[in-house]
Amino acid sequence: MKEQLQAIANEALAKLEHVEDMKSLEEIRILFLGKKGKLTSILKGMGSLSAEERPVVGQMVNDVRKQLEEKIQNTRSELIRKEQEKNIAQEAIDVTMPGTILRTGKKHPLTQVLDEIKEVFIGMGYEIAEGPEVELDYYNFEALNIPKNHPARDTQDSFYINENVVLRSQTSPVQIRVMEKQKPPIKIICPGRVYRSDPVDATHSPIFHQVEGLVVDKGVTMGDLIGTLQVFAKNLFGEETDIRLRPHHFQFTEPSAEVDVSCWTCGGKGCRVCKNEGWIEILGAGMVHPKVLETCGIDPKVYSGFAFGLGVERTAMGRFNIDDMRLLYENDIRFLKQF
Amino acid sequence: MKAPISWLKDYVDINVDMKKLAHLVTISGSKVEAIDDLGKSIDKVVVGRIVSMEPHPDADRLKITQVDVGKEVIQIVTGAPNVSTGDYIPVALVGAQLPGGVIKETKLRGVESYGMMCSIEELNLTHDYLPDAPKDGVYIFNNEPELGMDVKEVLGLEPVIEFEITSNRPDCFSIVGLARETAVTLGTDFKKPEITVKEEGEGKASDFVSVSIRNSELCSRYAARTVTDVNIQPSPEWMQRRLAAAGMRPINNIVDITNYVMLEMGQPMHAFDLKCVDGGNIIVRSAQDGETITTLDGQKRKLDSSMLVIADENKPVAIAGIMGGANSEVTSESKMILLESATFNGTSVRLTSKKVGIRSEASNRFEKGLDSENVIKALDRCAQLIEQLGAGRVIPGIVDCYPVKPEPVKVQINDVEINRLLGTNIDKEWMFELFEKLEFEVDRDSMMLTIPTFRPDVRVMADLAEEVARFYDYNNIKPTLLSGATSTIGKKNHNQKMEDLIAQLMLSLGLFETYSFSFTSPKVWDRMRLPEEHILRDAVVITNPLGEDFSIMRTTTIPEMLGIIKTNYNRKVEEGGFFEISYVYKPIKEQLLPEERKVLTIGLYGNVDFYYLKGIVEQLFAQMNITNADYSPEKNHPSYHPGRCARVSLGNTDIGYIGEIHPEVASNFECPKRTYIAVLDISHMIENSNMVKEYSGLPKYPAIGRDIALIVDEGVLVKDIEAVIKQRGGKILEQIKLFDVYKGEQVPEGMKSVAYTLTFRSMDRTLVDEEVNKTMSKILHGLKTNLNATLRE
Ligand SMILES: [Zn+2]
Repeated sequence: MKEQLQAIANEALAKLEHVEDMKSLEEIRILFLGKKGKLTSILKGMGSLSAEERPVVGQMVNDVRKQLEEKIQNTRSELIRKEQEKNIAQEAIDVTMPGTILRTGKKHPLTQVLDEIKEVFIGMGYEIAEGPEVELDYYNFEALNIPKNHPARDTQDSFYINENVVLRSQTSPVQIRVMEKQKPPIKIICPGRVYRSDPVDATHSPIFHQVEGLVVDKGVTMGDLIGTLQVFAKNLFGEETDIRLRPHHFQFTEPSAEVDVSCWTCGGKGCRVCKNEGWIEILGAGMVHPKVLETCGIDPKVYSGFAFGLGVERTAMGRFNIDDMRLLYENDIRFLKQF
Repeated sequence: MKAPISWLKDYVDINVDMKKLAHLVTISGSKVEAIDDLGKSIDKVVVGRIVSMEPHPDADRLKITQVDVGKEVIQIVTGAPNVSTGDYIPVALVGAQLPGGVIKETKLRGVESYGMMCSIEELNLTHDYLPDAPKDGVYIFNNEPELGMDVKEVLGLEPVIEFEITSNRPDCFSIVGLARETAVTLGTDFKKPEITVKEEGEGKASDFVSVSIRNSELCSRYAARTVTDVNIQPSPEWMQRRLAAAGMRPINNIVDITNYVMLEMGQPMHAFDLKCVDGGNIIVRSAQDGETITTLDGQKRKLDSSMLVIADENKPVAIAGIMGGANSEVTSESKMILLESATFNGTSVRLTSKKVGIRSEASNRFEKGLDSENVIKALDRCAQLIEQLGAGRVIPGIVDCYPVKPEPVKVQINDVEINRLLGTNIDKEWMFELFEKLEFEVDRDSMMLTIPTFRPDVRVMADLAEEVARFYDYNNIKPTLLSGATSTIGKKNHNQKMEDLIAQLMLSLGLFETYSFSFTSPKVWDRMRLPEEHILRDAVVITNPLGEDFSIMRTTTIPEMLGIIKTNYNRKVEEGGFFEISYVYKPIKEQLLPEERKVLTIGLYGNVDFYYLKGIVEQLFAQMNITNADYSPEKNHPSYHPGRCARVSLGNTDIGYIGEIHPEVASNFECPKRTYIAVLDISHMIENSNMVKEYSGLPKYPAIGRDIALIVDEGVLVKDIEAVIKQRGGKILEQIKLFDVYKGEQVPEGMKSVAYTLTFRSMDRTLVDEEVNKTMSKILHGLKTNLNATLRE
């Protein structure tokens, strides 16, 4: 009987060695371990054994069953693994083929630059103020110390709706509106659309965007203006950026300055971008003219302030190396995709 | 303003090189735009004289010349057709540096040549600078300069500095003014012009002329000199060179002298032929309406009473401060002339110059407001040059009419306040000395400054601070960061944050942000199919637009978005999605300013449909937590497809339209037939959004789903079906999901099948089928009675 059991075990193990698929594995299982299988029949034949032999043989049968079950289980796992491997091999794809096209948009380059500027100034404690684009002549000019017929009006030829209403030629009227309403401390930037009568060409547009800033408080100095602009320039153009101030004239500030930043392309050595000067003009700035403060009901003997302004288009063009302003308003998707 | 360096050096010592000079004066406030270094790239080009000239044996067009260049006579083979023996010409010697390269010894058809005769182009000069140079060919000197002399010296080639002059500094519109600034900047001496007039003519000026000012508001001073025995000639070369270098064309000695004095002193001058001034009586008066004058440029100009003219008893002879009349022009026949030096009102000159359409060097200066105290100095300088140049004999005396003499302006200086404004610690005495150099009168005891008459820009303390700061150098002020100021918190307000959210969502849904012009053309109304009286046609009109296309402020963003789609579609971009956040402008009756409303515009074309656009809008509302949106079919918007447009409202407020553009409009704008546009009012969206967020518990009990397919008349709106379901479904109805709309086989003609999955759930117990069944029958009953909907079998 022992030999018989061993023979069955060997036969089964031999068969299992060559199993190729689940179906034959199952057949083998049934053949040996099934209700009518070879091992079961041996158990059935145990009735003829003596009471002493029975537990011994029973134990042997169980051992063989356990051995076979284990082997079958292993073979099954092995088969599953092989099957999976085969499947995986078949499922190989060309990972160099392009991905599914998902629609994603891009922020316009002007918004990208505007957002950066806003971020810098919000970080320095500024709020964002807005105001109308179709504006009273009073706010756009007169309150800014530019009376009717002043030659300064010529340098920013404006669009008029009527004698008293103009398309704002700068975002400064927003500053006036804020100063009229709010007592110092005032710390704002005014981003927005402005209008000047310049025909469209590669470097001009009758519509463009400005960001102006205004700080009014007790004890604000020109040193504060310079420090603020330094922080701004370094944040926007890189840590190595330097600024340079040149005296200039604006009606609503005194002293006034034009502000250059060291060239972002050559770092100041001189190149095509900066026309070999090493500097690029990006800002106008100055200390708020006492007359302007007075006009807004702020006592210039108690308070002082500074203001600055820059063109967003020119900054974006410099930043992204865009050579034609018209591209910014054409909205060709192939252009917009690049930012 | 262009300043030849030698002219500047007449009045100031310059002890630094050009580059350094440009930097320093830029930093002190006289911005250098450019340095035009005439002759910079020219070296070893000298004066030569052609001694002899023979034909070349082997070339018809070449000549062999012997040229005396001072130290030696050299052989040059030339092809120049315009030279002959005896001519004085510029010669580039062997080794000479020209803009075109270095000159080498060479052989032309076998004959040696040791240099080159130069045209002005080869010397990098223009005909503006040398008007008498031949258009084509070698330059020939019209005098006999010393042989071997450097041509740069002979032609007066020198660096010319171009300054940008701001409108507040009329004094810097002159060589003398720039020299003053330069001297203070460099700390060198400013050499004021020394002006003396001999007055060798007979009689006195008042014997020949009288001046009366009828309108002293527009003319505060008018001074005249007379000159006899006028000898009209070309002016000397040095003067011609300087004028040309400064950008003015030399004409004749008298005209050149007046221009020269204007450039030098900043005071425009004018010379009249005295015999053409009837009675010798100058009358400064307003023009009469309808009066005309032919100006020096030959144009007949119409005048009106807002303009100031210089007239004699009978006629205007000049438009004051702008241009002289042809009727009194100085010609080669002129024997006696009248020199004018006057101060006209800047605004008046500016407005008149605009009206008559002449901008001259003179008007450009007058506009900025000139110093009446400079009038006599300039007139005398003019007389001095006339004497020096032998252009005539100056008659003694000046007829000076000066009705409005300005009071000296005094400003108290306060060094503490200046330092406080600048954030500096500049010494008081340093300030006093600076102001003295700038020709302010300084009273150290009273700290009172008397402002020079040529500085109308200095009136208050802040102006003094600027003077101090610009010579201290702005860049020497120590940068600080608002150490004294109150600290503030920077942030965006709610609306600004919501706009960011809207933009962010549009980007994440695949739309590209655009920027379009807020101007438009009234022509777009017809192309948008707007009827005559349509409200959108009521726009803010620009009185001085850049052409019709930019003549009104837009009342809708549809045309610009269609323009963007057209641009991309025409350029063969297959599909596109765009959005823009921008204003529309609506005139409000009896209000000066229009209402500016921010709108979100979405534009789509390509592989999209109405529901794609609506999906975007629904996503937007979901993100903004807007829960009261309603869409109703809109058949009457003229620009939209009447069957594919919805009016969007939030609560009771219409906030815009979404839909397919009317095919006719799409074609008018050259857009694809299926173009989708939404325009939605942003502030209404923000008002209806609720960004206050609160957690509500996740459902604990299972849901029960039921599918139904309804047969309804095809005109019934899904919105109406859902309203009934919602109303009858009660509290346990959790979700209504439309999954199919079908017309065709198995559905009767004129009907449609609409299929839903309804989900029921209770928050506090497990629902049982009977409860759901009861609700379902309520719903079905409601649909039957309200919409005549039946269950599809
Ligand atoms: Zn550079």
